[in-house]
Amino acid sequence: MSLIGKAVRSVEREATRSLRSISTSVARKSDALFVHRDTEYNNSSIPFKFTAENEPIINQILARYPPQYKKGAIMPLLDLAQRQNKGWTSISCMNEVAKMVEVPPMRVYEVATFYTMFNREPVGDHLVQVCTTTPCMLNGAYEIMDTIEKDLGVEAGHTTSDKKFTLLEVECLGACSNAPMVQINDHYYEDLTKSTTLDILKQLKQGKQPKIGPQSTRHTCENSAGLTNLTEKPYGPGQHCQPEFQ
Amino acid sequence: MLRSAITRSQLSRVAKSSHRSLSSSAFRNAETAPMIKLTVDGKEVEVPQGTALIQACELAGATIPRFCYHDRLAIAGNCRMCLVEVERAPKPVASCAMPAMPGSNVFTNSERTNKAREGVMEFLLANHPLDCPICDQGGECDLQDQSMRYGSDRSRFFEVTGKRAVENKDFGPLVKTSMNRCIQCTRCVRFANEVAGVEELGTTGRGNDLEIGTYVQKTLDSELSGNIVDLCPVGALTSKPYAFTARPWELKTTETVDALDAVGSNIRVDSRGHEVMRVQPRVNDDVNEEWISDRTRYACDGLKYQRLTNPLIRVGDRFQAASWPDALATVADSLKKSGAKGDEIQAIAGSLADTESLVALKDLLNKLGSENTALETKRGNAPPVHGVDHRSNYLFNVTIPGSEDADAVLFIGTNPRHEAAVINSRFRKSYLHNGTDFGVIGDKFDAIYDYEHIGVDAKTVGDFLSGGVKSPFAEKFKNAKKPLIVVGSAVAEHQDAESVYAAIAKHVETNKERFLTEEWNGFSTLQRAASRTAAYDVGFVPSHQAQSTKAKFIYLLNADDFDPDVIPRDAFVVYQGHHGDVGAQYADVVLPGVAYTEKGTTWINTEGRAQLGRAAISAPGASREDWKVIKALSELIGKPLPYEDIVAIRDRLWEISPALTRYDELEAPSSVSVGLGLAELVKNGQATTSTTPFQKPFENFYQTDPVSRASVTMANCVKSFVKGQNSEETSIPVGKDEQQKQSKHA
Repeated sequence: MSLIGKAVRSVEREATRSLRSISTSVARKSDALFVHRDTEYNNSSIPFKFTAENEPIINQILARYPPQYKKGAIMPLLDLAQRQNKGWTSISCMNEVAKMVEVPPMRVYEVATFYTMFNREPVGDHLVQVCTTTPCMLNGAYEIMDTIEKDLGVEAGHTTSDKKFTLLEVECLGACSNAPMVQINDHYYEDLTKSTTLDILKQLKQGKQPKIGPQSTRHTCENSAGLTNLTEKPYGPGQHCQPEFQ
Repeated sequence: MLRSAITRSQLSRVAKSSHRSLSSSAFRNAETAPMIKLTVDGKEVEVPQGTALIQACELAGATIPRFCYHDRLAIAGNCRMCLVEVERAPKPVASCAMPAMPGSNVFTNSERTNKAREGVMEFLLANHPLDCPICDQGGECDLQDQSMRYGSDRSRFFEVTGKRAVENKDFGPLVKTSMNRCIQCTRCVRFANEVAGVEELGTTGRGNDLEIGTYVQKTLDSELSGNIVDLCPVGALTSKPYAFTARPWELKTTETVDALDAVGSNIRVDSRGHEVMRVQPRVNDDVNEEWISDRTRYACDGLKYQRLTNPLIRVGDRFQAASWPDALATVADSLKKSGAKGDEIQAIAGSLADTESLVALKDLLNKLGSENTALETKRGNAPPVHGVDHRSNYLFNVTIPGSEDADAVLFIGTNPRHEAAVINSRFRKSYLHNGTDFGVIGDKFDAIYDYEHIGVDAKTVGDFLSGGVKSPFAEKFKNAKKPLIVVGSAVAEHQDAESVYAAIAKHVETNKERFLTEEWNGFSTLQRAASRTAAYDVGFVPSHQAQSTKAKFIYLLNADDFDPDVIPRDAFVVYQGHHGDVGAQYADVVLPGVAYTEKGTTWINTEGRAQLGRAAISAPGASREDWKVIKALSELIGKPLPYEDIVAIRDRLWEISPALTRYDELEAPSSVSVGLGLAELVKNGQATTSTTPFQKPFENFYQTDPVSRASVTMANCVKSFVKGQNSEETSIPVGKDEQQKQSKHA
């Protein structure tokens, strides 16, 4: 009897153990903070002005929009500001853009927080974005990720101590046919392997510009096993047309 | 719209906080739209083309659940709660964002609709904290109510990573935030941007991380900020002063009228026992739509402090509590002893005096042979510049809804943002939707629309109206089809009032075809005190002889904002009112009256609209309704007033002017009277070259009368909005004292 009782109790204990206690949930952390906090490196008293070189570009951008739709220029101007500001958009950048397009600053903050490509925290000279969405993942994106993490000595989401590299894990960048790939600043580096990845990083560290695009032998996203169709020379304009059009 | 926007950017005005919306879609006029027919739940309804489907459904008697849709705000269509099934539509459609289409067949209660709404509700609840028992919205929460029908009794979500957690925001001492509860309907954002003109509020982030806030640390500096508490369908935005004080089902609601400004906002006073717990707006499209200003809403805690509850008699330099018979007898005796005759007996009425007591006091004074019924304002001891014979000379003739139709508005000596915050939101509406332009002569103010500052003095008024000022606004004003001149109530108190009024009247007369048409009267005065229009209407103004008489006996009826010099040192002063504010300090006898939430009286707003206030709670202590105090006094003085009850005194009101008792109706003054009034104004004043600037009647919006001056909440507002101190420190110290007391006891 007591044996059975013991067994029942132990089952009960098992059962209670598998139940979650009331407060097991942990705070879900988001990638970035969606409120601004004044810091030494990011506050509205730090001046930001577009450089003289950027003036013609600004005029060109503003000319694209009718004067009453000036606010359409928020995104290109923010992009320009980010480029000028070492790859990140400070609060002063946003305020400056707001002043330029004559909208309340909040309208610019809304845009800047919505789009993940506006970095609202400082980034390294090289912003390394590793795609780990399905096609890349199947082709070994995590291996590439590990390689980079090990080489740079930082985890995804962090910047190296020399402020040279910031590593990010991102969703699909639209180069699936050349998976796996990374984007470093404005360029895609595709068809990566462990060694080509390390090579790219090495070159960047040395201040060189690595080869942009597929690191394999193929040209863009052609079939890696060689072309199976469209092998003949493409015909030129008018070639198969009626004589009068040739 | 397009054109005006282009000129605007060319002008590059100094626009601080206001930006006209850039949408260029044509403004739809519901009156001229053709009617279409559709079927809702088998019922045929006819609506103007362009009506939202949700409104058509409501018209058919179907109740559509919603969170983000609000008929006074722009359509967002982001909560998806209002899904309905439309025949031949592939998916359920959001009825708020869908125009009603002719011939469509809509089902609002089908299985598919309900399933869709249940799905939406499930997602909304997935991230909503289950803290209804400690949430202030409990019992009046849209989410709570609608989840009773569409919510599931259990969750299918096991949030391994926890529910979404959002930081609370600091919106100042009025609005408390609990952002975890937010369902991102964006009603507050739309209200702040469209109606209140606070363009700092917005949404940051996206998807699951979307947050409502200001991104940078900022309090919500608006006179209308309290309305976002009402708009919030959940408990994310609640009232800070009201926090954890009452549940909605414990409250008695009383529909009444606000008396803290001259708008006459329709309010609902929620009370528990002897205490006013909160004030909320009531819908009245002709007055306040459904907004009220923060003073109207939050000054109600002032009704609890500094109250006069007993008759007081001054003995030496102290007040001693007395019984009513003693106090009234003292007044009657002193009147006799003072030897005051005729105009030496003076009455001064303040901003919170109700119409009934004004009439009673004026009748009493007239019976005593005095015409010296003055107002507490700067030139209140003399007959008003605009006279009281022609109502159109001191009313907001354009009417509150009418003010939206103006195409060029000239403000003279007024800050509508402070003096009539709710009407000011109408100006913003016309600014956004009709392209109205604004010009200001007087102090600059932080407006919620662009304006052109023309000047500060009487000379500028003359120059501008005679065409001596060349500016874009002057051009617009000259060619406006519906021009509007809004004269501040402080102008009549200014030394140059005569010439300003004359200049305006002359301009209106010469431009009659634009200013005075059958449906338009572009000459309006914006009053700032709830009692002022009534005082002018009943003739509570001194006669010409009276103004030079030195008073020996002064009766202050709710008067607190007078210039101390108007009270001679040797005069006997009686104060009747509800707060121990400035006025009571001058008194020899204090007679406790009651506040606007404690009496059923008539209020005339700045348009001349009579509205009936109702008593929400009983009078505190021994205080009595104001007109009854005067009636009792009249009997002791030996000049009994001929009315015994409220009906009789309302009959007397009707005798004076039928408009005073035609509640909720508005009659436009006849064109003849308007013309005569203008002629009188022209006759009274000469052109002037005076450059004395117009003065603001008050510096800060939050403390303008005894009630708001006694309010802790309003004091906190002054701290954080006017003085700009950190609002963290200004959170209401309610309970702190009690805690200290308790800890002392322990």
